[in-house]
Amino acid sequence: MMTSNLTGERIKKYLSEGKRFDNRKLEEFREISIETGVSKNAEGSARVKLGKTEVLVGIKMNVSEPYSDSPDKGNMMVTAELLPLSSPRFENGPPKFPAIELGRVIDRGIRESKFIDFEKLCIKKGEKVWTVFIDIYSINDDGNLLDAAGLGAIAALKNAKIPKYDEKNEKVLFGELSKDSIPLAKEIPISLTIHKVGDSLIVDPTREEEDISETRVTIGSSNGVISSMQKGNSKSLSVEEMSKILDLTEKIEKEISKKIERFFK
Amino acid sequence: MQIKERQYIKKMTDRKIIIPGEVIFEGEDYLPGEGTEKKGKEIISLRYGLAEESNKLVKVIPLSGVYQPRRGNVVIGRVENITFNGWIIDIGASDRAFLSLTEVPRYVNKDGLDEVMDFNNMVVAKIWGINKRGIDLSIKSRGLGKIDEGMIIKINSNKVPRVIGKEGSMVNLIKENTNCNITVGQNGLIWIQGDKIEDELFAKKAVLFVVEKSFISGLTDELKKWFDKEKGK
Amino acid sequence: MTKEFKRPDGRKVDELREMKAKVGVVPNADGSAMFSFGDTVAIAAVYGPKEHHPRNQRNPEEGTLRCTYNMLSFSVTDRIRPGPSRRSTEISKITEWALEPVVMIEKYPNMVIDVHVNILQANASTRCAGINAAAMALAHAGIPMKDIVSSVSIGKLDKQLVVDVNKYEEDWEEGEGATDIPITFTNSGELTHIQLDGKITSKQLKEAIELAREATKKIYEVQKEALKNPLREEK
Repeated sequence: MMTSNLTGERIKKYLSEGKRFDNRKLEEFREISIETGVSKNAEGSARVKLGKTEVLVGIKMNVSEPYSDSPDKGNMMVTAELLPLSSPRFENGPPKFPAIELGRVIDRGIRESKFIDFEKLCIKKGEKVWTVFIDIYSINDDGNLLDAAGLGAIAALKNAKIPKYDEKNEKVLFGELSKDSIPLAKEIPISLTIHKVGDSLIVDPTREEEDISETRVTIGSSNGVISSMQKGNSKSLSVEEMSKILDLTEKIEKEISKKIERFFK
Repeated sequence: MQIKERQYIKKMTDRKIIIPGEVIFEGEDYLPGEGTEKKGKEIISLRYGLAEESNKLVKVIPLSGVYQPRRGNVVIGRVENITFNGWIIDIGASDRAFLSLTEVPRYVNKDGLDEVMDFNNMVVAKIWGINKRGIDLSIKSRGLGKIDEGMIIKINSNKVPRVIGKEGSMVNLIKENTNCNITVGQNGLIWIQGDKIEDELFAKKAVLFVVEKSFISGLTDELKKWFDKEKGK
Repeated sequence: MTKEFKRPDGRKVDELREMKAKVGVVPNADGSAMFSFGDTVAIAAVYGPKEHHPRNQRNPEEGTLRCTYNMLSFSVTDRIRPGPSRRSTEISKITEWALEPVVMIEKYPNMVIDVHVNILQANASTRCAGINAAAMALAHAGIPMKDIVSSVSIGKLDKQLVVDVNKYEEDWEEGEGATDIPITFTNSGELTHIQLDGKITSKQLKEAIELAREATKKIYEVQKEALKNPLREEK
């Protein structure tokens, strides 16, 4: 059932007083839980929970020819599926726009931040490179799948180990992992989505809050440097609001970075 | 020949969770009530719920499941569509509900339906008829009509009797302790209205507490204790 | 049938892998459950009964049970491209047929009950784990059912029958190779699903069915326990 106008009005009113239904501050995330290594056949995997929202991300790798315009670089492909299991609103069938957008936004966040060192994923220039497949699945949608997916992708990448490669027979030995991790940068890129609800800017909305969100901006940054950005939904933003969003992102990105450090030991 | 009576539950208050296909009672004179069927001498559950027996009638009170509308039920719904002669209301049942403009306690102009109630408005209504076409609603009696202020929460419709309590004892306890007006729809939607949003959220918390602990007996006392604790904070 | 047959993971021939089950794993769903045989993990979510769209597929006499089986891309060692395949489409139908005899869909004409099964991690017997999770999820959703169904894979490794096949056994190459027989029983002993891949005499097949019957009784206990303890914490 869609959130009713009534509850929507209540949420906006409360927000204008600086409060949310679950007692969080406007810029506060729900409890973040990250578990890694949750799917044994994946090269790397993670389960992220933001409150009741849950996503599962898995990494698979394979060897293939590089793209002709980057003969010495490995590749990455991000796919997201909004499983019908996770919400009465998702149906079976080919991915619709929200799933496609999710995949592309997370892709952008990781790619542009240069988190993965693609040159180190080259086995033989012009002939063989590793491709990293990042597959994102929603398990329960209670809002903010975008940020949960972002955290999941990073956690899964950090958790992953490259499978052994039989150079002689040119075969990937799936199921046998080497001790090598995927070559990653030290700084973790954080994907953060700020939503405009009424006149307030909030972070990590629940399903109810996301239903009445008028517009949103997802920013990928690490250590204060922004590398990707996407504005979604149809309402416009004033320059002041955009400025506030950038300030908020900078502040929250630092906090989240710190919070999730303990999961990546 | 002696008829062996095996009892799986002893008293009304001793409720056990029963799963589909499970034998609840065995004995000639037990009768299969709602949610059960009789096979030979066995009363078998057809639902996931709490088994109850009284005067040899055995029934299963479901713990979950979609709302089953009944005539006379007061429900809360959302306007999904406006037709030329009424409103289509979503009450979370497997059937659509319809409110005809003739079931409104005042004259409604055929062109002014959306002024009385618009898309996504919430309404408290009564089911006056159920037939093959669907569910017919009315807002002619007192206490029914469009909801203007407050908040709506949704719980599983099977927990509604618990939230209302015996003769309203549970919901009245919540109203008193939170200073809110509360209307519980049989379909699991609940309208909470208070002077302050904090009060409404407190009432919501109390309702969810009852829903979570719906299994246990002596819930009214548990709720009283909970209120004392929460208010002491 | 010698009981001294050595299974790769040390199990006895009639021993099941460690099973885990839990209900309520997807808060948004009307009913949901997780079921695992060792490293094979399945989750199922049920939505319904609800209006059946598209309208032209509605059944005016009784409701429709609609199952989908899907494996997550990384649930296996060789990545599966996301999206339906012929195999997943077939297993979706098998799951539906395994559950239908016990689901009382005649109570919901024109409605549909959607069951979504997803495999999070695969080590053979995925359709069986899926059916077990789906049965729990349907009960959890409050759908009226005559009984719970339980599913297991019986294997024949060369000439030896074993209970609950894992991936290693599925690929058995010695002698007559591997024969895989997934079977589903209601708790009262009715067969709702059986498939076979391989080579077997009808005498041994009857034995296999007996073995399955015994195994499904044990599986039922695990499912029952999960349903009766919905608030139990995950180990």
